[in-house]
Formats: sequence, C-alpha cells, structure tokens
Amino acid sequence: MANDVAIIGVGQSNFVRGYEGSIRELSFEAYREAMQDAGLTRDDLDASIICSAPEYDKQRSPSGLIAEYLGLNPQPTFAVESVCSSSTTGLKTAYALIKSGLHQAVAVVGFQKMSEISSADSQERMGRGADIMWESPFGTTMPAYYAMHARAHFDTYGTTEEDLALIRVKAAKYGQLNEKAVYRKDLVMDKIMESDYVSSPLKRFDCCANADGSSCIILASAEKAKQSSVQPVWILGLGSATASYSVTGRNTYAGLESAREAARQAYRMASMEPQDIDVAEVHDCFTIAELMAYENLGFAEPGRGAELIRNRETYLEGKIPVNVDGGLLSKGHPIGATGGSQVRTIVQQLRGEAGKIQVPGAKTGLVHNIGGVGIYANVIIMGS
Amino acid sequence: MGFERFGRLSFTAQSKTADFVDFLEKGDLYATRCGDCGLIFFPPRADCCSCLSSAMDWVKVDPRGKLVSFTRSYFAPTGFENDVPYVLAVAEFDNIKVFGRFKEGYTEDDLSAGMEVALKPLTLPDGQISYQFEPAS
Repeated sequence: MANDVAIIGVGQSNFVRGYEGSIRELSFEAYREAMQDAGLTRDDLDASIICSAPEYDKQRSPSGLIAEYLGLNPQPTFAVESVCSSSTTGLKTAYALIKSGLHQAVAVVGFQKMSEISSADSQERMGRGADIMWESPFGTTMPAYYAMHARAHFDTYGTTEEDLALIRVKAAKYGQLNEKAVYRKDLVMDKIMESDYVSSPLKRFDCCANADGSSCIILASAEKAKQSSVQPVWILGLGSATASYSVTGRNTYAGLESAREAARQAYRMASMEPQDIDVAEVHDCFTIAELMAYENLGFAEPGRGAELIRNRETYLEGKIPVNVDGGLLSKGHPIGATGGSQVRTIVQQLRGEAGKIQVPGAKTGLVHNIGGVGIYANVIIMGS
Repeated sequence: MGFERFGRLSFTAQSKTADFVDFLEKGDLYATRCGDCGLIFFPPRADCCSCLSSAMDWVKVDPRGKLVSFTRSYFAPTGFENDVPYVLAVAEFDNIKVFGRFKEGYTEDDLSAGMEVALKPLTLPDGQISYQFEPAS
C-alpha cells in the first residue's frame, strides 16, 4: 500500500435552487466539511484543483480566486473541466500528482452556481453544448440528445417509458432521506407518467434539476493518510474515455461507448468484475442515463437493464444498490460539483457512515460520472 | 466567411469547409474525402485525422437513407423558441450519419427507426441554407 492513494476527507454543500452567496462562499462550505472530516489544516495541503464548467461563471479564471478564499496560497492551483464530469477528472488528476510523488495531499473542489447567470443566458449556453458548427444550428438541448438514446434503447430492446419512471420512483424514495438534496418529495408512477414531455420520450420527471452546489474531496498518499484519524478509502481503479462530440460519430445510441470503455479500464486496474461491486453511484442526469449505466458498467447484459429496476435489484436491499442517495435526479446537478458528491456518497458507504442508506458490509464501491452525452466518461472503483 | 449562412441559426462564420453551404444551396449534400487515404468524413472536415493530409475532395452523398433515432423537442435554446415543438433526428446515408430536423408537421407517431427518409436541402424564409429529413417518396 506504500505507493497507493487514499481519500481521507469528503464534503458537500447543500444542493439548492438559488444559493444566496458567492461562488467562493459556496466552495468554502464543501471545503470546510472535507477538511474537518480529514482533520487537516491548510498547511497539510500541497495543491488544490478547482473544477467547474466555466460557461456558468462570471468570474474569469475562478481557480485562483477560490484557492485564495480557501487559504491555499502559495500552493499551486489550477482548473480542470470536462463539463458534468469535471470533479472526477479533477480526482484523477490529483491521483496522478500524488502517485508521481510530486504532492502528498491535494484538495479537489467542485462547484457550480448555475443561478449565477440569468435564465436567458443559461438557455443561450444550453444550445452551444453541442457541436456549434454542425448540430447547434438545428436547436439542440441535452434532453433531446438523451431522448434520442432513450428512443434507440426502446427500439432495440423493448424498454418502455414505465421502466424509466421506475428509476425516478427509486430516486425519489431515497432523495427524501438526503438532507442535501434539492428535490425531496415522494413521487408515484402516475405523477411521473402524467408529467409533460420535455423531449419525447423523456418527460419532466425523467430529467434532473439544475442546482447550485459544491463538493470537496481530499486525496492523500498512504504515508499522509496514516497521519489522519479517519479510515482511508483507497482508489483501486480508474478509467476514463471519450466519444465523438458530434452525435453522428457514434456507432450506437442504445448505450454510451465511452462509459463502457472507462468501466473496462477501471475493472482491469482494480482486478475486479462488475459482481465485485457492493454499491454504485451512476450519472443519472436523466432516467435513461441510469438505465444505460446498468448495462455499460456490466451490472446487466446489454438490453437487460430494465429488468434490474423492475426487480428492484438496484434498491438498497437489491443485488447492486445504485444511487441510494437519490442520485442527480433528486440531489440536483450542479455541473462541476456532481462527481465529487458521488464520490462522497461512496466514501461514506465504505466507511460505514451512510446512516439510513447504508449498504450493510459494503467494501467496494463504484462511481460513474459522465460529461455531456458521453463525450467524457470517468469510472472510479474504491475500496475500504 | 460563408458558414454563417448554414442552418436555422449559425454560431460559426469561418470554416475551411464553407463550400458545403454553397453545394447545399445548389441542392446537394456533400461530404469530404481524404485525397491521400480515402477516408470519408461527415460532418465535412478540412483535415484528415488519420493520415494528417489536408488534401480533401468533396463527394456527393446519396440523399436516400434510413432513420436511426429521433425526438420531439418541446423546449428550445435561445433563438429557437418560436420553433417548438420540432423533431430532431439522426439518419444514416451511405455509411455516414447526419443530424438535423424532420420536416415540420411530422410527429414521433409518424416516425419509426429504420424508415426510409430523404434528405432535402432547403432555403429558410430568412435566407439561411439548411436541410431537413422527409419520408422517402
């Protein structure tokens, strides 16, 4: 274990619709929680990595500003971005910095204040989330791209809108238990099925909500981890992959090839198989995204993801509990903070500190964090 | 210049592939083919990522294809608000895939994966040059 990398501190702000503070104050909330969790002071940290999707920031080059506010001068800081998967890309970067011996302890801070810009500005940026030469000119949205994947999954495998609704029912059940989630109401099938289409076949309740929020993960070398009083959670496997920005460059729409490749790498590095995973957090920005994740991660054979949710195998008491913190569907999705929030949940599970959503005896956990519609994919396997 | 004329609303003015818009205006959809290694690209590219050549030729795409996937959007980004709802789709032509809108008046109930479609160039009322999918006649 001498050359291994551990997570020794995790923190997250509440995810809310409109945060009443600045981005530096928002970032501080997660940072304070993670540092108190790790029992560290600022002099213990060698560097910070700041993760956000900059199109939502009014502040230019926020990393320097956030590092100053966190008291992390003169340590180096820099920004990492891969839209919705920014903070797990930051985690991978921190892992490499520690593994190389350059640093002993690094803070990965993810934040997004999506309400920083007006709704009109947000709508304008939404259209430019696609290839601006060849796809944005037709009026594209994130829901539309995931909807085309849902349609392809339905056509290829016979999955239904009811199957997707079952995923939201699960998310709502666990979201009620998560004090940091933006959406904490119960949702029944009828209400989900009756909600309006956003982009067919995806309806309002198939989509996660925008939110403001922050997350912070403290990574450390094995030697540094020994000085901390918390139980270290080890990073056992890391996988990252990309797929074409243009949707026309994909071979299939019934899954995300980048996620499949990232999972393959992570399992290989950890010398593990899908059945070795005790608990998982997957990127459910839309219900169809969670369903595809079941298959891309190998929890179900291609085309059989719907059976997992129909048989409640991804509930707390099921074969492979997924998103038992409510997922993005309940927590909300503050772009740059999302991956760190997923990692925090798994770390709590592996420490046995997950309270009402604790998976009994969980020893190995997985995070699946996707940027764009599978443009970027990160899979992380952790163990206690 | 020239690429600002492409689509319902263009976000790019300059591209070495702007001739695509001129071909489209004349009624044809073109892809690029690497003059050195023969790889075909759609969307068109000015540079070959396989052999690093920039000697590209334009090749005409047969406008008869098959629908791959589609969605009807009820929300739109800035600049497209007055168009909703509209159908976005991906269709396959000669081993390339094309993304665009389906002709107005069609809903998801009229469409199915695998149905034969035609890709039709069109000039929008404001003079923008675009294309859309229609059922093959």
